[in-house]
Amino acid sequence: MSLDTLIFVISVIVAVFSATMMIVQRNPIASVLYLIVSLVAQAVLYVQLGALFLGSILIIVYAGAILVLFLFIIMLLNLRGNEDLGEKSPLVSQATKFIVSILFVLELVFVVRSGYVAESIATGVADTGSTGFGSVEDVALLLFTRYLYPFELTSILLLAAIVGAVVMARRENRDIQQSMFVEQTPSETFKKGQG
Amino acid sequence: MSDYLYLIPLFPLIGFLLNGLLLGRLPRVVVNIIACLSVAAAFIISVLVFFELKALPPDVRVIEQTLFTWIPSGILQVNFGLLLDPLSAIMILVVTGVGLIIHIYSIGYIAHDPCFGRFFTYMNLFMFSMLTLVLADNFLFMFVGWEGVGLCSYLLIGFWYHKKSASDAGKKAFIVNRIGDFGFLIGMFIIFWEVGSLEFRVVMEQAPVVFIAGGSLITTICLLLFVGATGKSAQIPLYVWLPDAMEGPTPVSALIHAATMVTAGVYMIARTNVLYMLAPDALMVVAIVGAVTAFFAATIALTQNDIKRVLAYSTVSQLGYMFLACGVASFSAGIFHLMTHSFFKALLFLGAGSVIHAMSDEQDMRRMGGLGKHIKITYITMLVAALTISGIPGFSGFFSKDEILWKSFSSQHGHPIFWVVGFVTAGLTAFYMFRLIYMTFHGKERMDEETRQHIHESSKSMTIPLMVLAVLSVVGGWIGMPHIFGVSNFFEHWLEPVMAGGSYEPVSHALAAGGGDVGMEWGLMAASVALVLVSIYFARTFYKTKPQLATAWRKKMSGLHQVLLNKYYVDEFYGAVIVRPLIVFSLFLWKVVDVILIDGFVNGSALVYEGVSESLRRVQTGRLRSYATLFVFGVVILVAYFVMD
Amino acid sequence: MVPVSAYLIVAIVLFGIGTVGVLISRNMIVMFMCIELMLNAANLALIAFSRSLEVMDGHAFVFLVLTVAAAEAAVGLAIVLAIYRNRETINIDRFSILKW
Repeated sequence: MSLDTLIFVISVIVAVFSATMMIVQRNPIASVLYLIVSLVAQAVLYVQLGALFLGSILIIVYAGAILVLFLFIIMLLNLRGNEDLGEKSPLVSQATKFIVSILFVLELVFVVRSGYVAESIATGVADTGSTGFGSVEDVALLLFTRYLYPFELTSILLLAAIVGAVVMARRENRDIQQSMFVEQTPSETFKKGQG
Repeated sequence: MSDYLYLIPLFPLIGFLLNGLLLGRLPRVVVNIIACLSVAAAFIISVLVFFELKALPPDVRVIEQTLFTWIPSGILQVNFGLLLDPLSAIMILVVTGVGLIIHIYSIGYIAHDPCFGRFFTYMNLFMFSMLTLVLADNFLFMFVGWEGVGLCSYLLIGFWYHKKSASDAGKKAFIVNRIGDFGFLIGMFIIFWEVGSLEFRVVMEQAPVVFIAGGSLITTICLLLFVGATGKSAQIPLYVWLPDAMEGPTPVSALIHAATMVTAGVYMIARTNVLYMLAPDALMVVAIVGAVTAFFAATIALTQNDIKRVLAYSTVSQLGYMFLACGVASFSAGIFHLMTHSFFKALLFLGAGSVIHAMSDEQDMRRMGGLGKHIKITYITMLVAALTISGIPGFSGFFSKDEILWKSFSSQHGHPIFWVVGFVTAGLTAFYMFRLIYMTFHGKERMDEETRQHIHESSKSMTIPLMVLAVLSVVGGWIGMPHIFGVSNFFEHWLEPVMAGGSYEPVSHALAAGGGDVGMEWGLMAASVALVLVSIYFARTFYKTKPQLATAWRKKMSGLHQVLLNKYYVDEFYGAVIVRPLIVFSLFLWKVVDVILIDGFVNGSALVYEGVSESLRRVQTGRLRSYATLFVFGVVILVAYFVMD
Repeated sequence: MVPVSAYLIVAIVLFGIGTVGVLISRNMIVMFMCIELMLNAANLALIAFSRSLEVMDGHAFVFLVLTVAAAEAAVGLAIVLAIYRNRETINIDRFSILKW
């Protein structure tokens, strides 16, 4: 077993295990932490596939920013894993869901196994760097040339997301007006009411 | 200028769009100006293209303009094409000229109605449709105008739609017209089936080749087209809508139900004269229907008391004359009478409108009388019109009517019986017209005191059109003087290139050449003039000098009088024979076929779906996770499908 | 050396785990994280394909997917926040008025 294979196997075990743990945890904070572990393991796989830049992005942006946002929300809502989540679904329905998902996975595996994907190139960490494949320059070149318009459009998407998030998350107008009134001095309010 | 032919219908269309889209937002003055200017512009262009056409040599007097292809579908190629030839030139002059005068008159007439915007919108739409009808270069495009004028007629008859009788009359006009349109459409389809084209030029060129002269096919086509003409031009058996159409505003009666739209049938037959010349039997039917209608309507007009109804039956009668002319293959005489009739009948209607205006909306002649000294201009112009329609020599009606009478006698398709019917009708016409004049303008003043106080001459915008029309009624006929007056008949020569079926021409020339027949023509003319004078004398005796005589006669012939007063019970007859069975049948369709069968089927299928959905809606739990499960399940099936592939 | 198809299988397995999570979990936030996991599994597949075909376009796609995921997380969490403020719960089954 070569070093590449070893790294691959370890990463896969870590990624799959922590992904599984993520969904079985009752405490959301633990789930987030498991997801971060899973993502880091996936980042290793990225690097093995030659995507050095994206691997680092995955850790910095995903694990570093997005999941921290999750943590932030969980803490804001003060969720501790002891919330009332209602009664569990009946066993039949749970089993159905498992079976459907497993069927789906099996189908996809079958697709891969049955030669729909060309088994052309084997990979390893050693490949990276030598060809420049997946380097920052190459990704940037692609993004700013061929994918310039989609790239620019993502900025609009992000803007829309920001606006949407602000609109969704802000308090009701009523509350804001009330707080504004509170800031005014009582005598002013009284005068306004008279006028 | 002829390149701008399309502007003639376009201007009224623009007027219609402006007035229609800005309905209720424009001040009265602007609406009036838009409506009249658009028609005036069309009239000016019509005059210009007329003179341009006149400058061309007679045998090439055709201006065609194809705007664009409307229906390109296999061999069916229908264009929005305009055709200006001597016939349509006459028609656009009449339509825009009389239309303009009536538009100006309407300004004064409709001045007190809050719905003036709607009125002028419809009027302009009518002008557009009518001009489309006469300018179209193929049957289908003509049919567009044909239906358009029918629609406008419906809208304008029911203009005061809050009056039940008005909206009923509108519906009646529309439905009766539809029956005629049905015939027109079928005729059109057969023409297309046989000739493969709907263009007038192609059809007229091909007709002698495709159809066997006198064959049953061409006769069928002509009869079907004639059914359309009877609907639009109010001939027996479809004339019943026209008298009821008098519920509309009087300018509408003048424009649509006297001067222009109702003459569309005559125009259509003149336009397709080549086909009719190939079908002598159909011509015979046209002549018989025309003659019978002329006589029949004239007798009804004798006893009517509503001033507009008298004129309406008079219109039906005069249209009968036109069809008689067409039926004896004297199309130019028909068109000539169409033109003079549009002048004097428009004048009569507008005069009647002025009378009604003066009488505070009273239409019953029994409550009029002695108006002559109060409303002089109306009286004089109406008198001119009455003299014209009666056929007093020198007035236009004389020339056109005499032409028809002579042709019905002398043409090879004619027959002395036609002449006799026309001759008697001429006498009746003079009688009922002067009955109208004497009852309205002479004798005792039979209105109540309050109305009498309000009698007033109409405003300038109404009297000036009357005077213009009066002048036209007098001089309009001078362009078509008969040969025996020693002048060339300009009108007939003008239409000669269009009337390719002018085979009667040599015959009548031959007749005119022979000395005896000239004498005959003089004789017949004198006879009709004499009859007219006698009729006028009788009318004067009955309704002015000795009214008790009229009462005595009415008593003596009360049976006949009742029949005439009730219009031969035709409406009742139609009601019993056609409308009632139809109502019963419709009730059957409604109660049994529609409610039980169709509704049952529809409701039944709805019930089935309701039941199925009642159980299926359980799938819609509203739970996100069950939706997601179904979604994934769907993906599994899809992937399986593609993998199996 | 590891064949590319092995990475694809890993991506599929991760995707399947994400699917099961979405279907099973009653916690809205965990559902959300599962969706993020599924996105990442797809990303992994994209990169594997990119490697296998020796073209970089897959990387650009991954970049775009990351952006979408970030936007989605922002909006989604805002929705969670708004819902929680209204209902005081994060149980997804409580929000079942979207029926009939």
